Amino acid sequence: MSDSSANSYWKANIRLVLSLLFVWFFISFGCGILFVDALDTVRFGGFKLGFWIAQQGSIFVFVALILIYIRAMDKLDAKYTLDSSSESDGASQEGS
Amino acid sequence: MSVQIWTYIFVALSFSLYIGIAIWSRAGSTKEFYVAGGGVPPLANGMATAADWMSAASFISMAGLISFLGRDGTFYLMGWTGGYVLLALLLAPYLRKFGKFTVPDFIGDRYYSQTARLIAVFCAISVSFVYVCGQMQGAGIVFSRFLEVDFTTGVLIGMAIVFFYAVLGGMKGITYTQVAQYCVLIFAFMVPAIFISIMMTGQAVPQIGFGSELTEAYGGGYLLDRLDGLSEQLGFATYTEGQRSTQDVFFITAALMFGTAGLPHVIIRFFTVPNVRDARKSAGYALVFIAILYTTAPAVAAFARTNLINTVSNAEYSAMPEWFSKWEDTGLITFDDKNNDGIIQYVGDPEINELNVNRDIMVLANPEIAELPAWVVALVVAGALAAALSTAAGLLLVISTSVAHDMLKRTFMPNISERQELACARISIFIAVLVAGYYGINAPAYVAQVVAFAFGLAAASFFPAIVLGIFQKRMNKEGAIAGMLVGFTFTAAYIIYFKIINPAADSADNWLLGISPEGIGSLGTVANLLVALAVARFTPEPPADVQEIIENIRLPGEAIPR
Repeated sequence: MSDSSANSYWKANIRLVLSLLFVWFFISFGCGILFVDALDTVRFGGFKLGFWIAQQGSIFVFVALILIYIRAMDKLDAKYTLDSSSESDGASQEGS
Repeated sequence: MSVQIWTYIFVALSFSLYIGIAIWSRAGSTKEFYVAGGGVPPLANGMATAADWMSAASFISMAGLISFLGRDGTFYLMGWTGGYVLLALLLAPYLRKFGKFTVPDFIGDRYYSQTARLIAVFCAISVSFVYVCGQMQGAGIVFSRFLEVDFTTGVLIGMAIVFFYAVLGGMKGITYTQVAQYCVLIFAFMVPAIFISIMMTGQAVPQIGFGSELTEAYGGGYLLDRLDGLSEQLGFATYTEGQRSTQDVFFITAALMFGTAGLPHVIIRFFTVPNVRDARKSAGYALVFIAILYTTAPAVAAFARTNLINTVSNAEYSAMPEWFSKWEDTGLITFDDKNNDGIIQYVGDPEINELNVNRDIMVLANPEIAELPAWVVALVVAGALAAALSTAAGLLLVISTSVAHDMLKRTFMPNISERQELACARISIFIAVLVAGYYGINAPAYVAQVVAFAFGLAAASFFPAIVLGIFQKRMNKEGAIAGMLVGFTFTAAYIIYFKIINPAADSADNWLLGISPEGIGSLGTVANLLVALAVARFTPEPPADVQEIIENIRLPGEAIPR
């Protein structure tokens, strides 16, 4: 893999991780802790919204985040592995 | 059949299953002993990780703690699951690609330093020891209550079983027994939860029952509203409102999350899968399997609390069911009839309150309180033992690999043969089991509390060192060593001060920034990070070959062969 494509792969990876971590922080520390009292004024069924996010909702979001990450990384890997195999006819195979 | 006979049957069946698996999966090489040969399928690794991870604290204590803490109990739920997001996104794939056996291996090679390796060995061993004592204690409680042996004998039986399959099979034996233990423990947790949910709300899914209306027999109205009402009436804190300060909850959650991502016994599970893609996948599976229990636990907590209050509040002491007196025998329920009226006053005011219920017993007592069939009660016992033993085995393996691989093979005795190394690993597990058993019998605090400290220490030592090692190419050995030392020392000192040296001062007024000892690990993490970055700025950058390794683990595709 060439240096520039290795670089853009890493950058895409970082972007993905940061955006997922933003959601992670927002849901858990944001909705589950910092704004929990404000969200508690909203009710659905027998739950107060803030309480539900803190004790149930956040966990579902965590699972979803990892599943999204797995799929996105598989795609990203596939894309860059293809790139490098098409350009690497004469070049080295390092890192693949 | 009585609960006792059912318990013997379930415990005997599950134990013979574990022993059978251990004999079938004996380890022949160090690679099998340390990382199960590196060939565990991701689904199996996900289950094993879940069992490895969900300890006596998750199974026995957590729902009980939440049922007494109400909304504040959230930090256990979010902290112990949210850490998996960090683990999956920031650590697991890269560490798998780095392709070593242990966490100190990574630290030592990445920071090209034997000092860093030894500090990591020290941190891994202390964290795992603190944690494993909690497991032994959990096993002891279960044995002493349900098999009516005394606490010490209970711990000894637990030690013997773990010893057998950990020494024989190493990581390979542990992995496949953990898969079996996951099945046992999740079944044992879900069956009573579903039973109780149907009984109280008519909903088969406890997660939905949690937000549903109670059946007529339980007085109708939404479960949580009813619980809030009962709490208020008796002078307890309102269940769905928080009592602790927001910043304390924030920091405890963070400490548990960073700690989860930094626990060596969880990290090494990702070394056992064949490749990077499988490492990511098994982190996903692991969290799914964990989430099944973790989203059920708060529902169980609310059911148990409501049921307990309904059963004991203003009831006649002489009319209490059998479970009540059995728990009284263990000293985990105490009743003191202050006004001599023969009726149990269970209220928030400590002056009038006559009943004390240990938080650790709620999950174990819950099926009996709800009057479920005897076999369900026995099943819970087998599940609790599975949870305690699976985690204990994983921790003991970390201790043994740290000693045999990192300390002897990689540092002090590089010339020992593979067979000698394997023998050392087995001997060190043996010694570790003995020490853990001793502290399991003689440890003071509650199971979940002891475990919470292990998280603070893991958070403050490993998490920053590993993350910086992957994402900061410039991070050098001076920075990492300084960071780990500062983080670990600061956290340990804070905890030891408030829990051992001066427990009288352990209140919000004396805490640093209002952060309790349970949450201080997150501040330790930040300290580690800042110190590491600052020191690295003023010291030479890492050698070229190390920088090349880091570039390599950032590339797509599979690992460099070990």
